[in-house]
Amino acid sequence: MTGAEGEAQVQAIGSDEDVVRVRQLVRTVAVAAKLSLVDQTKVVTAASELARNTLVYGGGGQAAVSTVDNGQRRGVRVVFSDSGPGIADLDLALTDGYTSGGGLGLGLSGARRLCDEFELDTAVGAGTTIAVVKWAR
Amino acid sequence: MERVPILKIGSVLLVSIQVDMQDQMALQLQEDLGQRIVDTGAKGVIIDITGLDIVDSFVGRTLSTIASISRVLDAETIVVGMRPAVAITLVELGLSLDGIRTSLNVERGLELLARNAEPETVDDLDFLDEPETTSP
Amino acid sequence: MALKAEQSERLGKLLAERAEKIAKRWAEIAAAPLKGRLTVAESGRQTAELQAQLQKALADGAADLRSAQTTELRAVLTELSRGRARQGFTASETATSIFALKAALYDVVDVEKGGESALRDYVAWSLFIDELGLFTFEAFARAREHIITEQTEQLLELSTPVVKLWDGVVAVPLVGTLDSARAQVVMERLLQALVDTGSPYAIIDITGVPAVDTQVAQHVLKTVMAARLMGAECIISGIRPQIAQTIVTLGIEFGDIATKATLADALRHAIRRGAAAARAANREA
Repeated sequence: MTGAEGEAQVQAIGSDEDVVRVRQLVRTVAVAAKLSLVDQTKVVTAASELARNTLVYGGGGQAAVSTVDNGQRRGVRVVFSDSGPGIADLDLALTDGYTSGGGLGLGLSGARRLCDEFELDTAVGAGTTIAVVKWAR
Repeated sequence: MERVPILKIGSVLLVSIQVDMQDQMALQLQEDLGQRIVDTGAKGVIIDITGLDIVDSFVGRTLSTIASISRVLDAETIVVGMRPAVAITLVELGLSLDGIRTSLNVERGLELLARNAEPETVDDLDFLDEPETTSP
Repeated sequence: MALKAEQSERLGKLLAERAEKIAKRWAEIAAAPLKGRLTVAESGRQTAELQAQLQKALADGAADLRSAQTTELRAVLTELSRGRARQGFTASETATSIFALKAALYDVVDVEKGGESALRDYVAWSLFIDELGLFTFEAFARAREHIITEQTEQLLELSTPVVKLWDGVVAVPLVGTLDSARAQVVMERLLQALVDTGSPYAIIDITGVPAVDTQVAQHVLKTVMAARLMGAECIISGIRPQIAQTIVTLGIEFGDIATKATLADALRHAIRRGAAAARAANREA
């Protein structure tokens, strides 16, 4: 459960520069949600990986960044969505070291480890949506 | 596009990354650095990442590639100034930066380069100056 | 349950008309169970403020505690709960201060003489006051939780000193049980100390750690890996035989991490390594 949600700020992802903008937006929101420096770094890094995935594999899309509150802790929620080809073999895509695009294959699996919650919704030909949450400790 | 400046100090090239790099900028640095190593005959490269508040897998991979390229060009690369939060995140991400040597700060990095430099003192090269006495 | 508009209005009117008498009775009844830890005057100030806010909320047409008109009233309730939590009162003692309003109201409205309509009003008001009381309870619990978290954090800070042992060598002597949260704090502080002091060697001394489980071992391993990424070397000292056994039994791979029996051995190792490195650097310079 992610609880109450603040208003989401949306950043389109269509170029390299947008990946940088997503990082900066996530950083700003993470600071506002009072995440520790390490947790800020983790969620920004995860966002960077996922934003690049959205750009490279999803052919562009968007990131919606918001604060969340479950009554006890605050956190940051980022939802990446694209209308690209989708992921055919999810287990394979989430395996460390697997890549279909010449990267290190740590994008998805690494981002999942860096966040507290990770939800992935994909269908071949229907795009991919990934929602991650990082809670303040 | 903005470029990361490369400074030459003695036989060492110093790169200090101060901005949140776009992927393209990182690739440009990789290219520029190879060229500068060849142009200057530098034996060591120090990349200062004190200014980076995150290192993701792309930047990590670029650093690894830079280290490999430098090695082929006979220069050793040392990455210095990684922040604790960045290091913790990289461990969690599963990125071990294999093949990259690291140091806490620029000073320690220079020490490490000096320590690992191949012995190339004048004494070792004396034989080059000796007159060829054996020839008839 | 929400108050009907006229019930809310009648309560507001009553509070306004009999303000003094209600305030006096409320203060008395609220102070009684606090057994002198809070004087009648102090308790009276708090109940008077509540009364004022309650009156204002009702005048604005508040029907229950969720409505926008009660924002200030909720703030006052939260403040009261927080204060009481810090002063060490129990949750019941705090909520009783609110429930006291019921008794005070009962004293000023003659329910028996007023007949059925008065009774119906009184029951509705009671339910509304219950709502205030429950809100106080929740706010109290939250405040307590906050205090506990704060204290835990302070304890963490105190229990993980990072000390500089030698030029270029820092150490963290771990004492007591290492849970995941504490291990994380240790990790961050140690790595920061490496940066602050420019020390390439860190010693993690676990002489005082009674047990190591997989999770803790993982944290230590991650610290060592993170330190390596930053260009520093970690040495683990003080591994007791039982812990060594656990580590092996759990199949945790310590790999090429330097381990020493005692803190002294670890320090000697670090100094030796540091000196060798400095010699090598000087020879070349």
